[in-house]
Amino acid sequence: MMSLEFLVASGIGVVTATGIYLILRGRTWPVVLGLSLLGYAVNVFIFAMGRLWQDAAPILSAEGSVADPLPQALVLTAIVIGFATTGFVIELALRSRHETGTDHVDGQEPERTTEVRDNA
Amino acid sequence: MITEFLNAFFTTHLPVLQVLLPLFVGVLLLLMGDGVGSASLAHKPQGKPTKQRLLSMASVVLGAVFAWRLMTNADAGALTVYSLGGWQAPFGIVLVVDRLSAMMLALTWTLAVPVLWYATANWDVRGRHFHALFHFQLMGLSGAFVTGDLFNLFVFFEILLIASYVLLVHGQGAMRFKAGIHYVVLNLAASAMFLIGLAIIYGLTGTLNIADLALRVAKLDAEEAVLLKIGAMILLVVFGLKAAIVPLYMWLPGAYSVASAPVAALFAIMTKVGVYSIIRVHVGIFGEGAGHAALVVEPWLLPVALVTTVLAVLGALAAGSLARLVAYLTIASVGVILAGVGLFTTAALSAALYYMVHSSLVVAALFLLVELIALQRGDAEDKLRPSVPVAQPILLGLMTVLAAASVAGLPPLPGFLGKLMILQSASSSPAHIAVWAVVLGAGFLTLIGLARAGSIVFWSVLPEPASRPATTAVDFNTRTLAATIGLLALGVILTAGAAPMKRYTDAAAAQLADTAAYADAVLGPLGGPAAETTRPYRGGEGEVILPNSGTKP
Repeated sequence: MMSLEFLVASGIGVVTATGIYLILRGRTWPVVLGLSLLGYAVNVFIFAMGRLWQDAAPILSAEGSVADPLPQALVLTAIVIGFATTGFVIELALRSRHETGTDHVDGQEPERTTEVRDNA
Repeated sequence: MITEFLNAFFTTHLPVLQVLLPLFVGVLLLLMGDGVGSASLAHKPQGKPTKQRLLSMASVVLGAVFAWRLMTNADAGALTVYSLGGWQAPFGIVLVVDRLSAMMLALTWTLAVPVLWYATANWDVRGRHFHALFHFQLMGLSGAFVTGDLFNLFVFFEILLIASYVLLVHGQGAMRFKAGIHYVVLNLAASAMFLIGLAIIYGLTGTLNIADLALRVAKLDAEEAVLLKIGAMILLVVFGLKAAIVPLYMWLPGAYSVASAPVAALFAIMTKVGVYSIIRVHVGIFGEGAGHAALVVEPWLLPVALVTTVLAVLGALAAGSLARLVAYLTIASVGVILAGVGLFTTAALSAALYYMVHSSLVVAALFLLVELIALQRGDAEDKLRPSVPVAQPILLGLMTVLAAASVAGLPPLPGFLGKLMILQSASSSPAHIAVWAVVLGAGFLTLIGLARAGSIVFWSVLPEPASRPATTAVDFNTRTLAATIGLLALGVILTAGAAPMKRYTDAAAAQLADTAAYADAVLGPLGGPAAETTRPYRGGEGEVILPNSGTKP
């Protein structure tokens, strides 16, 4: 049976890979999505760095094991900052689309080679 | 009585005031409105935001006074530790002001005064909320310099970045949005990497307090140290992107050359935040005393810094506009500074710190000067092609010569002293041939690049047109001129005050090497360098297990 550690680690890996792939796309919308996905993966990663616990209380109690509370605080901060920056980058992408007339990240449509045009 | 109280109050709370002052003034400026309204989109300012300008200038001057006060305290040997909320480190977040932090604060705020003054000539009404954003940027910078906690450093990085995202597109225009998208996406990806690096380090050591970390990384066994080194290298990539080192500098020329002049001048400090973080983390934490992870970046930092310098001066030679040229010189200066840091000796670090102060000032002055020149060249602006002659060739020419000689490192200007110190400190290193060749060669090529640019701008002129085109962006007036000359003069003062300045940087470098004293100041009540805190936290049945007891849940 797959361990919890394997599931979490591979989950983080898949989401990170997807995020990186999307960041490398040429249009702003996939890039924004990629940044969000990368943010999610990072948040789970921070969480996992407090180790994975089962049946552990989230805050200190007199008996029973207790999960490390600090990564939870760190991840909360990271989520808030990530949310704000995502909001900003969406707005910036929209303004850039408005100013330059294209949603390409370089502010201009890439020059198409003859080959591509022929195929199209 | 009252003076005594005030004196005690300021001595205690100065580190946090340095962060709170720009925060509160920034919020106040937002509440006051910017006096520009939606007219900014039409590039037609309605009125002058006199009140906002006064408040903004007063606050920046006050901040500079605070920063100098902190620097005086630090110079006397005080290592000021401020526990936020009264929580004892490493459980609470502390602000720590040592000589390096105080020097960076003084540099930032001293540079901010003429830059903001320049901006009040006209730039501040060409977009929304310039003054408020300028203050939030200063808040992020100050916070990054004073914090004694790595996660807090991340938070302040985000504050200064989000202010810089908006400042970069200040003044609007398609070019700025294009550069803005690149800048924002790159930095957001870097922020994600920052968190990954921090999380790895936290997972292994159980702390993010810088003083505590410096003690803890030495205690990890070889197996764990491998992961720790990965964390440290990830942080080097993150800080390297901010500092603009090879291969992470590609974004800088595009971003800095399209930013409005005062913003680009303020951004001269932004690359230095990356350098500061590298010093703080890779010299302060992963220094010689870090056990298995000691000097983890040593094989990388010096070669990367030298390659950065070489590529940057080549870029400067190939630049098609003055602003791009100066942007490449910014990267070259970072390369020289990091070469000093990468030698990993106290003398070289001191030289690098001295050169960092000088290069920030002169690069900021150059960005302002470029705009002054561009305004008088009609349609050519700052592009390196023949154009109408500038209206004040002698004044601007002399300023250019002074700035060019400083940045290239010609005697007797401070750039020369800084580079000489780096050369001198490298003489005992095995890499000294490479360092000497690159630093001297870069100085020479910088000079050629600037001489080429200067000849085109001042001598390769077209006949005077019948009517001079009206200047648009900033009215060419005494204020912008005085602000630029002021920045240049600061560089000259730095030469005159080279001896005390060098003593200060020597002491700062020595203080950085002395991790025991740092731990003593921050973790004093827990036993200083011998502090044994109960982490990393590995759970247990209602009791906290000591990290070295071998018990696993």
